[in-house]
Amino acid sequence: MSVDENSPSGSTRRSVIEYFVGGGLLVSLASFLYPVMRYLVPPPVVDLGGDEVIAAKVGALKPNSGEIFRFGNHPGLLILAADGTYHALSATCTHLGCTVQYRADMGEVWCACHNGTYGIDGRNISGPPPRPLDVFDVHVRGDEIYVSRKREA
Amino acid sequence: MTKVQYGWLIRSIHSWSANLMIFFAFVHMFSVAFLKAYRKPRELTWITGMLLLFVVMGFGFSGYLLPWNTLAFFATKVGTEIAGQVPIIGKPMMVFLRGGDEVTGATLTRFFGFHVAVLPGIVGVLIAVHLFLVQRLGMSVPPKTEVEWVKDPSARRDIKFFPNFALREMMAWYVAMGALGALAAIFPWDLGTKADLFGSAPAGIKPEWYFLFMFQTLKLIPSKVWFMDGEVLGVLGCGLAGLLWVLLPFFESEQPSRPRKWINGLVIFALVYVIGMSVYGFLAK
Repeated sequence: MSVDENSPSGSTRRSVIEYFVGGGLLVSLASFLYPVMRYLVPPPVVDLGGDEVIAAKVGALKPNSGEIFRFGNHPGLLILAADGTYHALSATCTHLGCTVQYRADMGEVWCACHNGTYGIDGRNISGPPPRPLDVFDVHVRGDEIYVSRKREA
Repeated sequence: MTKVQYGWLIRSIHSWSANLMIFFAFVHMFSVAFLKAYRKPRELTWITGMLLLFVVMGFGFSGYLLPWNTLAFFATKVGTEIAGQVPIIGKPMMVFLRGGDEVTGATLTRFFGFHVAVLPGIVGVLIAVHLFLVQRLGMSVPPKTEVEWVKDPSARRDIKFFPNFALREMMAWYVAMGALGALAAIFPWDLGTKADLFGSAPAGIKPEWYFLFMFQTLKLIPSKVWFMDGEVLGVLGCGLAGLLWVLLPFFESEQPSRPRKWINGLVIFALVYVIGMSVYGFLAK
């Protein structure tokens, strides 16, 4: 393609058309891609769990055992320690998100995925977990055990 | 509908062929590395081959979730969480892969899409380029043989791709099909127990065997190394090692008479590491 050197106005006209065509193509491409991108990126999920949940009934757990309960969209772990005290923790391992369990033989919380252990107070003891588990408040009202998120003091 | 006639066989052939494909992709990669077939001018063949290996592992990872059993559920949780450890782009990538913040039914549909549409498309293009390059550049010969051939061109021995090589290949295919059918029929693949989104990870949980060496490496890194999270360090380290491995041809000498010895050492180390860590991961509790 050669530009006619004798008519500089021709090249200007051509470049204007090129801008329009190129710009139009870009805009239409963007209008195709935008909905695709929005479709692929999932909307944030609202956690419907609230701040308090009934984790179990009194007597459902034997001493020195634990049970998973549902706290909104996430699993929680309710433990009845050997001394009769209740403890509630987030059951999502702080390492790579597996669901932990209470090991009666160890008296500790254990993650099967990468062999991480936590104390019943949520403290990370050994293995790869970088942080402690979130700790929840436990209240017994009537024959139900309520677990609630810790209030910021 | 609970019973499909010969459904167990079809599923078993799928699982066995998928596992064997990954196994032979690794065998092929190491044989290419040992025989230095990646040397100039075949750098791009090696790179497309490595990309194929990554995509094939992506097939394995996405397909692993599809039976929706407990092992698969937690393996996917851990795998996508590892992707989430990559600095900056990690978190959005994890949400994109999962179709949300958590591994749910949305992840299952998404992985099905990757497994049957996105990855086959990518693999089709990569195989086409890979085979085109193999045809275009011809088969590589080990550096020693190449030196001999240059010295004495009459020593050169070639066979035609068609029909000689193709017929040999067909024989190999036939034997491989027999072996596959026998494996699938004698050792059918188990479906496992259905995933429980609110269940604890069961003891002895492990990823598929071809991810074991990376899994075991991540397991051995302490939670904090100096100022970095062990996990981030592991992911970055594995990524860097993978990148250097992809660039292997560019470290090789251009003279077939003087191949780089340290690359042989590195390949042996990589093989021993992958096998050793896989066995360790398999045996570790």
